[in-house]
Amino acid sequence: MTDAVRYVGRRVVQLLLVIWVATTLNFMVPRLIPGDPVAAALAQMQASGGSVSVDTAAIAADYNAKFGFDQPLWNQYVNYLTDLMRGDLGVSLLNPSQTVIAKIGSAIPWSVGLLLVATIIAFVVGTILGALLAWPRTPRILGAAAAPLLLLSTVPYYLLAIILIYLFAIVFKLFPPGNGFSPTTILGPNWATAVDIVNHAILPALSIVLGAVGFWALGMRSLMVGVLGEDYITYADSKGLSPRRIFLRYGVRNALLPQITALALALATVVSGAILVEAIFNYPGLGGLLFSSVLSKDIFVINGVVTVLILSLAFAVFLIDLIYPLIDPRIRHQG
Amino acid sequence: MTAQTDSTVAVARPASRRARTGLLRDPRLTPQLVVGVGMLIAIALFAILGPLLVDPKMANVTATTPRLPPSAEHWLGTDTQGRDLWTVMALAVPNTLKIGLIAGIVGTVIGVVLALIAGFFGGLPDSIIRLICDSLLTVPGIAILVIIAANIEQMTVEVMALTVAALAWMFPTRTIRAQVLTIRERSYVEVARASGVGSRGLIFREIMPNLMPFIAASFVGAVAGAMLASIGLEALGLGAIQTQTLGITIYWSQEYTAVLRGMWWWWAPPVVAISLIFLALFLTSAGMDRFANPRLRRSA
Amino acid sequence: MNQPMTTVPATDLATPAPATASSAVLQVQDLQVAYRTPIGDVRAVDHVSFSLEAGQRLGLIGESGSGKTTMATALMRLTRPPGRIAGGRVLLDGTDLLQLDDNALRRVRLREIALVPQGAMNSLNPVMRIEDQMIDAIVAHEGRQSRKVLATRVTQQLARVGLAPQVARRYPHELSGGMKQRTVMAISTVLNPKVIVADEPTSALDVVVQRQVMQTLGRIQEGIGSAVVLIGHDMGLIAQFADLIGVMYAGRLVEFGPVDDVLTSPRHPYTRMLIESIPKLTAKGRLVGIPGLPPALLALPPGCSFSPRCPYVFERCTTEAPVSQSVGPSRVAACHLYPDRADLPPLPASVVLDPTAPLAVVAAAMEGQQEPGRAEAEAALADELAAEGATQTAAGDSAAGVTGLAQSDIHELTRRGH
Repeated sequence: MTDAVRYVGRRVVQLLLVIWVATTLNFMVPRLIPGDPVAAALAQMQASGGSVSVDTAAIAADYNAKFGFDQPLWNQYVNYLTDLMRGDLGVSLLNPSQTVIAKIGSAIPWSVGLLLVATIIAFVVGTILGALLAWPRTPRILGAAAAPLLLLSTVPYYLLAIILIYLFAIVFKLFPPGNGFSPTTILGPNWATAVDIVNHAILPALSIVLGAVGFWALGMRSLMVGVLGEDYITYADSKGLSPRRIFLRYGVRNALLPQITALALALATVVSGAILVEAIFNYPGLGGLLFSSVLSKDIFVINGVVTVLILSLAFAVFLIDLIYPLIDPRIRHQG
Repeated sequence: MTAQTDSTVAVARPASRRARTGLLRDPRLTPQLVVGVGMLIAIALFAILGPLLVDPKMANVTATTPRLPPSAEHWLGTDTQGRDLWTVMALAVPNTLKIGLIAGIVGTVIGVVLALIAGFFGGLPDSIIRLICDSLLTVPGIAILVIIAANIEQMTVEVMALTVAALAWMFPTRTIRAQVLTIRERSYVEVARASGVGSRGLIFREIMPNLMPFIAASFVGAVAGAMLASIGLEALGLGAIQTQTLGITIYWSQEYTAVLRGMWWWWAPPVVAISLIFLALFLTSAGMDRFANPRLRRSA
Repeated sequence: MNQPMTTVPATDLATPAPATASSAVLQVQDLQVAYRTPIGDVRAVDHVSFSLEAGQRLGLIGESGSGKTTMATALMRLTRPPGRIAGGRVLLDGTDLLQLDDNALRRVRLREIALVPQGAMNSLNPVMRIEDQMIDAIVAHEGRQSRKVLATRVTQQLARVGLAPQVARRYPHELSGGMKQRTVMAISTVLNPKVIVADEPTSALDVVVQRQVMQTLGRIQEGIGSAVVLIGHDMGLIAQFADLIGVMYAGRLVEFGPVDDVLTSPRHPYTRMLIESIPKLTAKGRLVGIPGLPPALLALPPGCSFSPRCPYVFERCTTEAPVSQSVGPSRVAACHLYPDRADLPPLPASVVLDPTAPLAVVAAAMEGQQEPGRAEAEAALADELAAEGATQTAAGDSAAGVTGLAQSDIHELTRRGH
C-alpha cells in the first residue's frame, strides 16, 4: 500500500510544484522588467486611442496600493497569492467592468469543448490506426492511407488551420472562416444554435485532429511493433488463440500503457497548438482571448489566461497519472 | 510445403565487408535519412545564399507597390505594405533557422548536462532534476512563453531564441537521461570503472560516444520544437516585429487578412517553407532513429 | 566457399525409430528452416529427421546457435520472419503440420502439440491474470463454458504443477521464476496434448528450482502419456530426464539414439568431446574444452561442419558433408568414420587433459593455410593459457551445465536407469 501512497504523493508534489512555478512566474516576470506595467499598459492604450477614464485611474490606484513598487516584494507576493485564491484575477484594462475571471469563465467552455473533442478523436483514431499498421494481417491499403496523415502531422496545427481556411472557407465556401458562432445567431438551447456551433467548430477541430493523428499513429505503431516482438505473443500464438484475440488482448492492451503515458506528456504540446489554432480562427476560447489580450496589452487578462491554462493542464495530467495504475496492474500490485 | 532444392536456398558467401559496394549500401542510411538530410542541406543553402542575393531594402515597408501578385519583377509579389515578398522570404528563412538552431543548441546542451548529472550521479540531484523536468513538461509552453515575451520591450531574434530555449531542454533531458541509465549499467562501463577510470573519464570516453546518436536525435527534436514555439509566438504578434521571420510574415498576413483577400502569395510561401522545414526535420529524426537502433528497420 | 550439394533425400535417411511410421506420434522428416539475411540465406535447421513414440522423452542438445531453439519453434510453425520453414514434414499422428491451413493449425496447437517456452519470465502476458490466460486457451479450443467449471479446471491444473489456487488471481509479476515456469507448464498442458515441446524450460532458474520444475514436467508428462521434446544445452539434465538424445551441431542432427547408449559410447566425435568436457568430480585436473568455436552459419566450413575442430578429421571430411547413417540399434550418426568402424577410436592423448594440445590440433587441421608466425603466436598463447590454467572452452561448449554433473555421474545415472 505504501507504494501507492508514494506514487500518488509524488504526483501531488509535482502538481503543487507546477502550480507554484506557474503562479510565481506570472508574478515575477512582469516585475523583472523595469517600469510599472500598469502605467505602461495604460499609456499604450491611451496612445492607441483609448481614454483614461475615472475607472482606469481607480484601477491604477488600486493596483499600486496592492502591488505598488513602494511595497516590499514579499507583501506584493502575498497580496498576489491571496487574490489568486479568492479567484480575483483582476479586471480587464480594456473594459474595466469585466473581471478577468468572468472573461475566462465564458471562454473556457468553448476551449474545453473544442479541445476535448478534437483530442479524443485524434487520439482514438490515431491509436487504432497505429495498432493496425503494426499488425501484419492488416490490408496494405491502410498503410497508403496513413502516409499522408503522417506527413500532415509534421506541420504545426496553426499552419494546417490557415491551409484549411483557405481551402474550405475561401475556395470552397463550405465552412465559416472563423469565430465560434455566427454574429447573427442568438445563442440559446436550441437545435439551430447547436448546428451553428458545430459548423464553426469543424475547421478548428479538423486542424487539431489532422495535426495530431499522425503523431499518435506513429507512436502506437512503434509501440505495437515492440510488443509484437515479445515472447508472450509467441506463446499466445502457440496456445492456438485467434489472431484477433492476440492482437487486442495481448498486443494492443500492452502497447496502450505507454501510449497513454505519451498522451499525458504530449498534452501540453497539444494545448499549445490548440491555443494558436483558436487564435487563427478567432475562436472565442482561451486561445482567442489570449490573442486579443496580447494585441491590446491587457496584462491582467494575459496573466489570468496563462495561469488558468497552466493550472488546468497540470490537473489534467495529474488525473491521467492517477488513472494509470488502474490500467497497469504492475503498478497496482507491487510484487 | 515441399522440400526445396538446394539451388533456391543458397548458402551464403562468407560475409566480407569488401563485397558491399560503397558507403551508400549501408543499410542504416534509410531513404528517410537521406531525403531528410538532403532537404535540410537545400534549405540551409537557401538560407545562406538568399540574403546575399537580395537587396534588403526591398523588404521594408513601402519599398515598392503594394498588393501585387507574383510577376517576373516580384517573384512572390508584394504585401499590403509594399514589401517585396521574395526578399522577405530570403531574409525570413535564415532568421527562423537561426532561432531554431540557437534554441536547439542551448536546449540540447542544457539537456545533456542535466541528463548526465541526473543519470550518472543519481540520488538527490536526479530526483530534483526529474521533478522539475516532469513538472515543466505539463506546462503548455505557449503559456510561459507568452508571459515572457509579452513583457519584453524590445524583442529581437536572439532574445526570441533564448526565450524559446528556456523550454527546449526538457525532452532532451528526459530522453538522454534514460539512455545514460541504460548505458551506465552496461558491462563495458563496469569494466572501465573496475579498472579505475575516474568519473570524468567514464563520462567522456565510455558514455558519451554511445550517447551521440541520441544527442543528435534530441537536437533535431529540440530544433523542431524551438521553431514550432517561436513561430507560434511570432504568429501571435510577440515576435521581433522589426525583423523578418517566417512567423512574423504569417502574423502580418493575418493582420491584414491576406487569406480573406485571396493574397495567397503572402501566406502560402511561409506556410510551405515551414512545412518543408518541419518535414525535413521529421524525416531526419526518424532516419536517425533507425540509424541508432537497427532493430527498428525490420518493422512492418 | 559453398557447401557441396550433398542434400540427403528423405528416403535415404535411416530413421532411428524401429517401429513402423504409423505408431510414432511425432515424425520429423527432413526439416529445413532458413533465415534470410542481407547477405544470403542461412540454414538454421538443416535436414533434420527423427521420430518419437507416445510417452517417449527426447532430449535435443546443442550449444547456442546449433539450431535447437529454431527447431522447437518450427515444430509448431511458430517461426517468425526473417526465418521461414524451407522444407520437410512434421507429422503429428500422421498429419503434416506444415501443410495445414491457419485454422486447422490453430486447432492443433495446444490441443495436440504444446509449447513450454524458454524464459517464462516473458511468456506470460503482464496485464492478464493467470487464470484468464489459462481460460483464454481453454475457451479458444472448447468454446464458452460456465465460470464455475472453468474456475475448477484452473485450480485443478494449478494443483497438478504444485501451485496453490491463489495463484490463479495473481498477475505474472507477482510470481517467482519457478512459479512462472510451472504456471506456463500448467497452461500448456491443460488440454492434455500429445506432444510437449519444452524449450529450455529451466535455463534461467537455479539448481534447486530446476529439479522441481523437471520433476513436475516428468510427472505431468507421464500422467498424460504425452511425448516430450526437451531442448537444452545441459547434458546432465538431459541425461537424467530423457529416453532418447539428439545432438545438434550447426543446424544438423549429428547423432541420435537412446540416451544410455549414446552417453556411454558416443559415436559422433562432437558428442564424445562434449561428454569429455564435463569436469570429473573424482579427478582434479585441467578443464578441457573443444578447441575452436562453433562455425558462423553464414560461413560454414566445406564438407563436415565439425571438421575444423574434430580430432579425428581426415581428407574426406573437408570435402564431403557426411550423411546420417545407422551406427547401431536405433542409433544414427553423421560421420565419415562410419560404417567402416564400429565405434569411435580413443581420443588422441594430446587432446585429453593437455590444454595446450587443442591449439596444435587446430593448427594441424588447417595445415597449409597458416599465416607466417601463426605457429609461434599460437604457442605463445598456449603457454600463457597453460600458465593461467584457464580453460579453452569456447562459449557454450561445456556441457557440464548448471547441474554440475560430472562425467562419472552421467555414467552412473545412465547405468542405473531413471
